[in-house]
Parts: sequence; C-alpha cells; structure tokens
Amino acid sequence: MIPELGNFALYIAFALSILLSIFPAIGVRQNNARLMAMAPNLSIGLFVFTLFSFSCLVYAFLTDDFTVVNVAQNSNSALPNQYKFAASFGSHEGSFLLWLLMQSGWLFAVAIMSKGLPVDMRTRILTVLGWVCVGFYAYIIISSNPFERTLPYFPVDGRDLNPLLQDIGMIIHPPLLYMGYVGLSVSFAFAIAALLSGNLDSTWAKWSRPWTAAAWAFLTLGITVGSWWAYSELGWGGWWFWDPVENASFMPWLVATALLHSLAVSEKRNAFKSWTVFLAIAAFSLSLLGTFLVRSGVIVSVHAFASDPERGIFILILLALVIGGSLLLYSLRAGNIKSFGKFSIFSRESMLWGNNVLLIAATMVVLMGTLLPLVHKEIGLGTISIGEPFFNQMFTYLIVPFALLLGIAPLVRWKQDKLNNFVTKPVVVIISSVVLTLLWLKVEFNDINLLAALGTCLAVWVVLFTLLELKQTSKKVSLFKLPLSHYSMSLGHIGLAFVIAGVALTSQYSVERDVKMNTGDSAELRGYQFTFDKIKNIEGPNYDGWAAVISVTKQDKPVATMLAEKRFYPVQRNTMTEAAIDDGFFRDIYISLGERLPDGAWALRLYVKPYVRWIWLGGIIVAFAGGLTLFDRRYRNKNVAKVTAQ
Amino acid sequence: MNKFVITIGLLLLSNIAQATTEDQISFKSEQQKQLYLELTAELRCPKCQNQNIADSNAVVAKDMRVKTKQLLDEGQNKQQVIDYMINRYGQFAHYQPPFNVATSMLWLLPIGFILFAGFVQVKRSKSKQQVDEPTNLSDLDDELAQLLVSDSNNKIDTSASNNAKTEANVKDIK
Repeated sequence: MIPELGNFALYIAFALSILLSIFPAIGVRQNNARLMAMAPNLSIGLFVFTLFSFSCLVYAFLTDDFTVVNVAQNSNSALPNQYKFAASFGSHEGSFLLWLLMQSGWLFAVAIMSKGLPVDMRTRILTVLGWVCVGFYAYIIISSNPFERTLPYFPVDGRDLNPLLQDIGMIIHPPLLYMGYVGLSVSFAFAIAALLSGNLDSTWAKWSRPWTAAAWAFLTLGITVGSWWAYSELGWGGWWFWDPVENASFMPWLVATALLHSLAVSEKRNAFKSWTVFLAIAAFSLSLLGTFLVRSGVIVSVHAFASDPERGIFILILLALVIGGSLLLYSLRAGNIKSFGKFSIFSRESMLWGNNVLLIAATMVVLMGTLLPLVHKEIGLGTISIGEPFFNQMFTYLIVPFALLLGIAPLVRWKQDKLNNFVTKPVVVIISSVVLTLLWLKVEFNDINLLAALGTCLAVWVVLFTLLELKQTSKKVSLFKLPLSHYSMSLGHIGLAFVIAGVALTSQYSVERDVKMNTGDSAELRGYQFTFDKIKNIEGPNYDGWAAVISVTKQDKPVATMLAEKRFYPVQRNTMTEAAIDDGFFRDIYISLGERLPDGAWALRLYVKPYVRWIWLGGIIVAFAGGLTLFDRRYRNKNVAKVTAQ
Repeated sequence: MNKFVITIGLLLLSNIAQATTEDQISFKSEQQKQLYLELTAELRCPKCQNQNIADSNAVVAKDMRVKTKQLLDEGQNKQQVIDYMINRYGQFAHYQPPFNVATSMLWLLPIGFILFAGFVQVKRSKSKQQVDEPTNLSDLDDELAQLLVSDSNNKIDTSASNNAKTEANVKDIK
C-alpha cells in the first residue's frame, strides 16, 4: 500500500512539473499575474509530493518490504537501520529519487526565498526549473521507477546492500553531492531566465551569486567527503584516482568555481556578462554529462554502483536537449549582451579572467582525459588508458600559474593598477615562501623533495598574500566592518592552500610497507613500531571476519592500538577490507589487513601518510567559505527586496 | 632492529623462522622500491574495473606485480618495464596515453585555449585603450534596458540595476 502511495505521489509530482513548465510561462507572455502566481505554489507542491514519495521509499526499506524490487535487491533484514536508510538511495532508481528530492528541494527554496525578485523574473526562473523537472520526472517514471513490485512471487529476504556502501560515507556523501549537482540547475535557470528576458544586467549576477555559492559549497563538500570515504573504505589509502566517476564530479566543480568568480566580475564591474551566462550553462551541462557517464555504464569505474546502458540513452537525449536548447538560445541572445566594464591588462578583471581561463583549461584536461579513451576505441585506434600520470602532470603545470595569480589577485585593484606596485611585494613574499617551505620540509622530513617543495611553496605563497591583503584592507576598513563575502574569499583561498599543501606533502612523503606478520612480530616504518598483538574473530550484524590488533608505538611510547579488519558478508559473498586508521593533524597511520598466507602468517600493508587530512580539512574550509557568502548582508533576502523596491 | 624483533619472536613463539617480520617483497635498495611503487601505480590491471595493479587483488594484477619485480631485478629501467607490459597487455595497461594524432588533443586543446584566451585579452586591452571613452556608459546601458522594457516590472528592474551599479562604483572608490 505505502509503495503505491509513493508511486502515486511521484506521478502527481510529474503532473505538477508539466503544469509548472507551461502555465506560468504563458502568464509571463500574456502578462497575466494570476498565471504567474501559480509558479511558486506549483513548486511548493512539487517538493511536498516528492518528499512524500521519497519517505514512502524509505519506509519500504526500513520495514523490509521485499515485495518492492528495489528493496529486495538492495537491502536485507539483517542490515542495520542506518544502512537501510542509505540503501534507499543505494540503487540507481533510489538515487534518482533522491536526486529529484534535491531538485524539488532547490525549487522549493527558490520559490520561497525569491520574493524580492521581480515577478516575471521569478516566474521565468521557476519555469526553467520546471522544464528540467519534466525531463527528470519523465525519466524516473518511464525507465527507473523505484516502486516496482516483485509480486506475486516475492523473495523471503533481500540481496543486501553492496558492502562497500555500508559506511557512514554512504549516508552523507550522495545527498551532499547531489545537492551540489542539482543546485547548479538553479544557476542555470537564472542564466536561461535572464537570456529569455533579454535583461542581463549586473542585478542578474547579484541574484544568481548566492545560489551559485550555495550549490558550489555543497558540491565542494560532497567531493571532499567522497574523497575521504574512498580513502577510508576502499582499503588502499588512495584519496583521488582520476577515476571517471570522480572526474564527473570534478568537472562541474571546476566550471562552477570559474562561474563564481566570473559572477563577481559581472556583478561588480558589469563585465564578462555573456561569458558568465555561458559558464552557468556549461556547469549544469557538465553535471548532467557526469550523470550520464556514471549511470549509463559507458565508462568503467570502481565507484559506479548503479549503471545500466539502456537508461543511458534517455539521459543522453535530455543532455542533448539541455545543451542544444540552451546553446541555441545563447547564440541568439548573447549578441545583445554588452559588457561595459572596461579594464586594462593589469587589473583585477584580468586576474579573474586568468582564473577563469585556467579553470576552463583544467576542465578541458579532465573532460578530454575522461572521454578520449571512448573516442579512441570507437575510431579503431585501440584501447588506451588515461590516468594518474597524465592528470597529475597536467595539473602540476596548471596549478603553478593558478596559485601565483590567486595569491596576488585580491591585492590588485579593479579596472587598472600599476605594475610598479607589484614588484617588491611578490619578491618579498616569494623569498619568505621559499625559506618557510625549506625550513618546514627540513624539520619535518629531513629531506627536500622538489615537487613537494613546489606545492608547499605555492600554498605558503597563497596564505602569506591572503594575510597581507587582510592587513592592507584593515588600514582602510575595520576588520569588524568588512563584509562577510570578503572573509569568504580569504577563507576560501586559505582552504585551497591547505588542499595544495596536503596533496603535495602526502603524495611525495607517504611511505608504505608490505609485510608478513605473525602474532608477536613487529615492523618499523618512519619511526613507528607496529606490533601484531593478536588476531581475533569478529561478528557484526550482517558479517563476520577477522580483526588484527596492532599496537603502534613511537620511541617506546604508545601511539595507538588499531583494529584492521577483514570482513566477510555472506549474503553478497563479498570480502571487504576495513582499514585501521589512526588519524592526526600531521599524519595518518593506515593499516590494511591482507590475506592469510599458507604458513599461517598474515599479509599486512602499513602506511604512514603525512598531512593527508589537510586535503579534506582544506575542502571543508573552502565549502564553509562558500556557505559564508550566503550570510553576507548584500545577499540576504530583505536587502534584495529593498533594493528592488526602491 | 632485527635482533630486537627476533628476541621478541623467540620469547613469544617457538618457531624462529616465522617470528621475523619479513617484507612481502625484498627490495635490493630503497631506489628499487620507489621504482616498483611508481610502476605498480601506473600500470593498469587489465581485468579490473579501473584499478592499478598495486591496488588490485586480481590474479593477473598479482602476476604483473611479480613480473615487474622480476624485470627490475634483471636490471631493466622504468621505461623498459612499461614497454614490456604494453607489448604484452596492450596500450591499455599503462595509465599514460601514447602520443598520436587523436591523443594530441589532450595537450593541444588546453594549451591552445590558454594561448587563445591570452591573445584575446591582450588584443582587447590594447584596442580599448585606443578607443575614446564612450560617452556616459550608464546612459548607454539604460538605453539598452529601455529597449527591452516591456512592463512596469522591468522598469523597477532597471532602477535596481542602476542602484547596484552605483553601489559597485562606491565600493570601487573605496
């Protein structure tokens, strides 16, 4: 009964999305206030019904309703409750319903928080989101209905959730990532609405900015959590593999980052306007492309859990419509957009232009690197792999000019600045960055690796310049009166510095050892003494296995007692390595238990990974900085309303 | 160090041979270990979804690891080992793409884009400086806005945009 209600609610939501995509649009055309007023109400209804539908699915999972195909295939009565909840979006169908929940959630948010916008603009934005919704809801109803039944011959128990997904990461990562992906549809809707109205002034950029920042913050957090999850769950200590699924989330992020900066120029300087619109279209298109790549199964990945080639074609059509339609509109209207802000070659605008160019070049690297193997194979040149060596090399080249620009850009004035002002400062900062870096590496590792030094140096450069900029600004404006968006920028840049330093240090200074151990044995790695205390049986709710108890000491002082597990999940007949991690601000100790060798000893992989946490710490800081923008006075609802009413 | 381990082993276990902690693979030097780690990270397991041979537990990955070690022991350098693997498992087995007409896009497209964008930028800033400042920018903007105005809402809109602009200008002056 409950699944049918959920299904029914989904159909109602679909119907509402069709209404939303038609009538308010007619209202705008005929200047009919009553039709236009439908848009927010329909949006709210869409969200309520989708939420109800999603709750029904969760209910089916929590109550072990194996008459639903989705539940039977992705859950099990022995699965702990929190994972039953996560299983409701562990499958393709379920995850798409979560996607819709997020989509309608954004729609709801726009409907209730955009009262300050002119009615026609608000209606257009909601209508464009309605169009996107029609596509998605049609997709779920036609090809991926999560409420399909197994009746009359339903199984006694379910096939269980993939053990890889039975982790806290599964509960938080998909919702965050989808919030980001789908949130970009809001920036897209703002851009399309502006193109439709033909009214692309800096006000548009101002309205779009907080929404873009919110979506971007979610995306940042989603990617960060995903990286941390892969690190802790996959059991080989990697945090980024340039896997197509990772790339699929990274591309919209890169473009959204460019968009965020370009919006700033559009808002403050009235420049880059048509470029900004293009970026908004590109960011959402890439998030759709990512979805297509991941779900259609055209690419091979370790992280793809819900792929099906037949469904791919639907997303491909949707993708073609969105990209084709919006680019057509763009080409028709972009000619009318005039950017008036003038600026010289050495100005803040130029710096931000550099930021955009480098970010788009990086997106091209990732896009080509992800898609080219497919093309290469199709045109008969044979199969190739594009992975770490290629991407790492390209990103090393790209990050250098990017970080250098990023350091000085906030100090450069808008419009025009004198190059002479920028001779002494960079020289001083560069010298201090190099000195600080060398000291740091010498003290910490007693060995100076060139690549690590380069990365760390860039990070120090960014931090020093950010502090310098704050100090200079404090001479003009009291730091207490500085707008939040300014802090958001400084904090975001410092967060990125953390990521760069973390990546550089952990890639170059991580050490590992593959050992064979018996109880009582001990092994040494980077000053840490690992002693294999014992091996014990473990029994979980839906698995059993072995746990190696390893005590770690440093100079005879205890550091940690760690449990590295090998779990066997009987339902899926799957063996999983549950790595033991002792986390720290400066280093992680990471142990993964291998197999039992014929002579009774155990294979173990020991790692010491310096500064690896900085990558995720940096990501969290960046996301927080993005969120901070929302609380800037300029973007708060009342203020926008006031400006518009004047 | 080893002595210490053996002593503990002697105390705890009867079998001395098992008590010493052995590395799974004994490397000749730290350099060889580094090379081995680099290679196993760059070579792709041909049977897996998308994993390098270091992380994969597949049989073929294990074979490739053993072979890598063997070739290194024979004194082959990094490129020789990679060539051997590509010969045997195809280009697919290496994560670095080969350079040919199709793959050249991987490098040329981003580089070309950066150069093009840089060129446009330089050209734009130069031509702008030659042209006289157009008279009263905000008027022009208003004119454009007027053209697009179709209802009263848009009028409000325009004034809002002016407002934002003034705000931005004030910021700038600051």
